[in-house]
Order: sequence, then structure tokens, then C-alpha cells
Amino acid sequence: MTPIRLVHLYPDLMSVYGDRGNVLTLMRRAEWRNIPLVVTELSVGDTLDPSEVDLVFFGGGQDREQSVVSPDFLAQKAAAVCQAVEDGAAVLSVCGGYQLLGASYTTVDGQELPGGGLFDVRSVPGPRRHIGNVLVETTLGGQPRTLIGFENHSGRTYLGTDVRPLGRVVVGAGNNGEDGTEGAVYRGAIGCYLHGSLLPKNPWLADRLLTQALAHRLGEPVTLEPLDDTLEEDAHTAVATRIRAPRGRVRSGAW
Amino acid sequence: MGPPTMKPRLSAALLAGRAAATLSRRLGRGGGTVIAGHLVPRIAPAALKDVTQALPNGSIVVSGTNGKTTTTRLLSHLLRASGMRPIHNRAGANLLSGLYSAVAQATDWQARPRGDVGLFEVDEATLPKALEHIHPRVLLLHNIFRDQLDRYGEVHFVAGLWREATEHLRDSTTVAVNADDPLVAALPAALTYGIADPGVGTTTLPHAADARLCPVCGAALRYDLVYYGHLGHYACTRCEFARPTPTVAATQVELLGDQGTNVIVETPAGTLRANLRLPGLYNVYNALAAIAVCNALGIKRDVIARGLETFTAAFGRLERIQVEDRQLFLALVKNPVGFTEVLRTILTSPGRRTLLIAINDLFADGTDVSWLWDVEFERLCGRVNVAVCTGLRAEDMAVRLKYAGVESSRLRVEPDLDRALELTLRAAEPGETIYVLPTYTAMLSMRELLHRTGYVGAFWED
Repeated sequence: MTPIRLVHLYPDLMSVYGDRGNVLTLMRRAEWRNIPLVVTELSVGDTLDPSEVDLVFFGGGQDREQSVVSPDFLAQKAAAVCQAVEDGAAVLSVCGGYQLLGASYTTVDGQELPGGGLFDVRSVPGPRRHIGNVLVETTLGGQPRTLIGFENHSGRTYLGTDVRPLGRVVVGAGNNGEDGTEGAVYRGAIGCYLHGSLLPKNPWLADRLLTQALAHRLGEPVTLEPLDDTLEEDAHTAVATRIRAPRGRVRSGAW
Repeated sequence: MGPPTMKPRLSAALLAGRAAATLSRRLGRGGGTVIAGHLVPRIAPAALKDVTQALPNGSIVVSGTNGKTTTTRLLSHLLRASGMRPIHNRAGANLLSGLYSAVAQATDWQARPRGDVGLFEVDEATLPKALEHIHPRVLLLHNIFRDQLDRYGEVHFVAGLWREATEHLRDSTTVAVNADDPLVAALPAALTYGIADPGVGTTTLPHAADARLCPVCGAALRYDLVYYGHLGHYACTRCEFARPTPTVAATQVELLGDQGTNVIVETPAGTLRANLRLPGLYNVYNALAAIAVCNALGIKRDVIARGLETFTAAFGRLERIQVEDRQLFLALVKNPVGFTEVLRTILTSPGRRTLLIAINDLFADGTDVSWLWDVEFERLCGRVNVAVCTGLRAEDMAVRLKYAGVESSRLRVEPDLDRALELTLRAAEPGETIYVLPTYTAMLSMRELLHRTGYVGAFWED
């Protein structure tokens, strides 16, 4: 079977907050279904061929690392990611990766720089840092579902007209702490502020990305066989229950 | 020098602090350090400065992401062995309030310190504030790792805070830094320490390394040797910045798993050999830091060597507790590099392990559990007898182990700590060691549980 080609962008420089857990989750869930998947790690100086990728992961980075990544990404890889998405590939980008894939982002010293242009969003520095658990309601894929993540960002992201939000925040700040939106979706590409790692506690989203990547690879619709996600769903529910609770913690007891 | 001047306000403040701490303890509200630490600075904000200035041997301030409690405890042990009487803050009470509380607890009714040297572990972000009050004789900057990003932000942020704080130091302060950590080695320092034994290093940086870029010019760093995390032998690919040759260097390191470590250390005062009872490479760094500070204070080599061999770890950091016919090996886990090194240490000898992992996400633990995904749990593949996951984030931990490749049949989720301990004890064979790995607040709960069941003393007896 032809393997899914997953490209992990800048794993050395853009990997804070356990974002690597997303790649690990995609690898395992493919492996458990006997679907071959190869990961290619690309960093500064490497080029990306849009016809050689089914799934892209782009994580968050510290400011210093992000400033090194930004020029390389725009010069060497952004156009290829956009092309791959137009051709049907899937993308998951988180925090810094999400911001760099937007139309523009403004640095802390007020300079507005062009982004990769995949999402019609603009990011600007905010006055305060949003830190905490996030619960998002989304209808991505038809039926209503929830996503659990952890946000840690001072950048505020505003959606343009040519993009839709990933969902609405029930708990947390989301894109900008003002309009109730979180993340962005354009075709098969998702951008968001959800660390956590995101995919382990939201396995349906991992499977959605894998389905799309495999369909892109094979050129035909596919359905993945279900896995036993009891543990993952328990983890999702435990956090959702706690952060939905109006005050304090549901599970206090010995803790 | 004449008799110390009576300072009524200072004495009253310190007395009030001590009384509040005693009362709090009597009421069963814990160690009472917090309440004293908030009361004293309100009444006498100069207390910390006044008391530490009166110490004849000056003060030592220790900061760093990993190892500050163990290093401070080790230093306390070595200072005592050399005849000094240190006054120090309690483990973990390392914010400004903890420092005030420490001086309140360690002074008599005339505000005279009941010791001759100050020894303070200070939280990374609190360091600049602490240095406004304490002018240390030795400032030890141990390391910077990604820790609780929800609280401190990024490693470069902490490095920046420290750079600024060290610019205002007096000439009388000797700065000691870890030569193997580029984030602290870039700070101006008179004294450096590091490991110089390629036998315990590798040549590849782990994926979660925090310093791939030069702290001076921002270009890529080249590593010839990596001990763990981003600690190793490095040089900038563009500018002059490179690992300084350490003043105090471990030239031979023999790791004996959870049993301890043999080291040979070269110092300006000659060669020192010791059999540390502390396991793991991270404790070699803690020992080197303590040796470097002792050197700066002029403590004799044989006193240091003997002290190193008789020291055992700080509460909850790494300790053994007998529970009936099973032994608990308790090690605090709080960030990716620390947790990975604990795993590496407990897996040194072959065989499967019984584990109790307790993950909380309260403020003191870090509210973001993303960091679990940067720990190398893959090392546990095929090495787990039973892993019981507990704490407020028990399920998150179990999911992490599942994706690390630990067989589902060996995973248990039990959010309740009492039942989790029970479950773990039953899963282990008589005589077996159980590895208990809690985050900070989970460790406190664990101590409380073990105290309640009579296996250990209360923590404020430490």
C-alpha cells in the first residue's frame, strides 16, 4: 500500500507545548490500522514539493525561533503548502504555525509582515496572554462535536471573509478573546490555538485528517476502521467536565 | 564590631511571622511558611536585607529550573560539615514570601540570625526581585529548561530576566554558572562547572531541546556532545560564543542506576573522588554546582568529598520509603527533561517496572499538561509491569503512555490517590521497588497520605 506522506515542518524549531504529540498520534492511529505513513521532517534550508505531500503539520514556536523560521518558510515552503491544499492535501497548524499561514502577522515592534496566505486571517500582538484550558464546539464534518485544548498566546487573530472559524469557544479566549471564534478552516487545512496536545484527546479530528490525507494519496474516498478510543474519550470528558463546571473543580477529593 | 542595634520594628515583624507560622502549624494548616512570608514584609520590608546583611559568612543564592532544591540541600549539608550554620528557606518555598519566612524562622527575639551563612533557593522568575534584597556572596545559576510555560513563558524570557539581574550585581558577588548550558553560560561568570566525560554523552540533541540557537547572536549552535536536554559541549556556528572550559569538571562519571554515581572531579584545589548516593546525570550537575560553591567559599576538598558521600536527597525529590515488604522510590517530576532523566535512571538495570504516576495540573504543577508529550515515555516500551495513572490528569497520562507504545493491558487509570497506591502495591511483588512519580502538588498529597498511614513524618519536619 502506498504510504501517507506526512510533512512535519520545523520540528527542531517549532515544537513547544508538546505539539509533537499530534504527529505521534497521527503515526500511531495509522499504524494501528496497518496504514503505512512516512514522516518527513523539514527545517531551515529544505524545500517542499507540493506533489509529494498528503498531510502537513506545523506547530508553535518561541518568539526567537519563530523569527528564524518565518523568512525561510515564506521563501521556501509557503507557496508549496498552499498549492498542496488546493490539490486536496490536509494541514494542521497550531499557534505560531497558524499565524505564519495567515495573510499577515504583526510583530511586537509593530511591523506588519506578509504570511503564507493560506488562511484569510490577520494576527496582531495583544495586550495580555491568554492561558488556559479551552473547550470548543464545532460542526466540522457535519455533526456537532467538541474539541479540548490548551491555549497560551498573546497574539490575536481576526478572520477575513474567505475563511470560516474552526468553531466557537465555550471556555477560553480563542482567536482573539472578542468574537467567540477559535481557529480557521480553509478546504482541508485547519489552523488553531489548541495545544494540549490537540489530537490525542480529540481522536476524531486525528482520524478526519488521516482520512483526508489517505483519500488524497489514493485519489478516491476512503473510510477508516474505528479504533477503541475509550481512554482518549475519558480524557476528553474528564477535562470537559472540569472546565465546564462553574467554579472550582469537580474532582477535588484527595487533591 | 559592637553589639547589634535593637530594631524594634524588625524584631516585632519577625516575631509576628514566627507566631503566625506556629499557630498555623498547630491548627494543622501545614508548615505555616506562607502566612509568615506574607506578614513579615508588610510590617518590615527591609527584614530580608537587614537579616542577610548581618550574616558573617554572607549568603548563597541558587536558581535554575531543575535541581535547585537538591543542590541547596546538598550545600546545606556541606556547609554544616565545614562548621558553618546555614539559615535557609524550605524546599519549594522559593518565592519572595518564602525568603521572608525563612529569615523570620531563623532569627532570635532581637532579630539576630541564628546562623552564620544564608542559603536560599530562589524561583527563576523571582530572582531579580530577590537580588534587590539579598546581595549574595555566591550566586549560582544552574540551568534553564522549558518548565511551566503557562507561568514563566519561554526559556529566552527567563534568560533575559537573569541577564538584566546580573548586570546590577556588586563586585563582591561571585557568579557560578553551568558551563554545559548555553543559556546560563552566556551570562558573565567567574566560576563555571560542567561534565567532561564523553562516555556519558551522545551526539544528538533530543527533539525537545530548548537551546538550538546561540543566545548571543541567534545563529545555530553546533553540539559535539550532548549529556541530556540541551546540556553538552557546544559552539556557535557564526560568532565566538562557545562552551567555556569549566573551572570545576567531572572527568569521570560512572552511573550505577538508581543506586548512585561514582565521580572524579577536577577542581582548582585538586582532584576529588566521591561515590554519590544520588542517582542520575542530573545529580552529577547538582554535585558539581555544590562543589563549585564550596570552592568559592574555601571549604577543604576532603570535607566536600566526605559530605558528598553522606548526603541523601531532599523530600520527595528522590527518596526511598519502606511500605510493608515493598519499597517506594519517590521522584518528583515537573518538566520534560527532568522526567526523561528520571525514566532513564530508573530503567538503567534490565527488567519490568511497576509505576505509579500522579499528574496534577494545579498552579504549582503547571496548568498545561502538554509537556507530557515532550517526555520520552517511549523508553518504557516493553519495560512496564503495571503503570497506574492517578491525579487530576490521570487520563491524560494514560493516553500518553498508550501512544508511547506501552501495552494497554498494563495501564490502569485510578484518579483517587489512596486507591491508586493500593492498586500499585497489589500489582507489585513482595520485595519489589515501586517507582512513584508525582508532580509537585501530587507529591504533597502523596506525602500526606504516607504520613496519614504512618510511613513517613510530616513534611515540615524536614
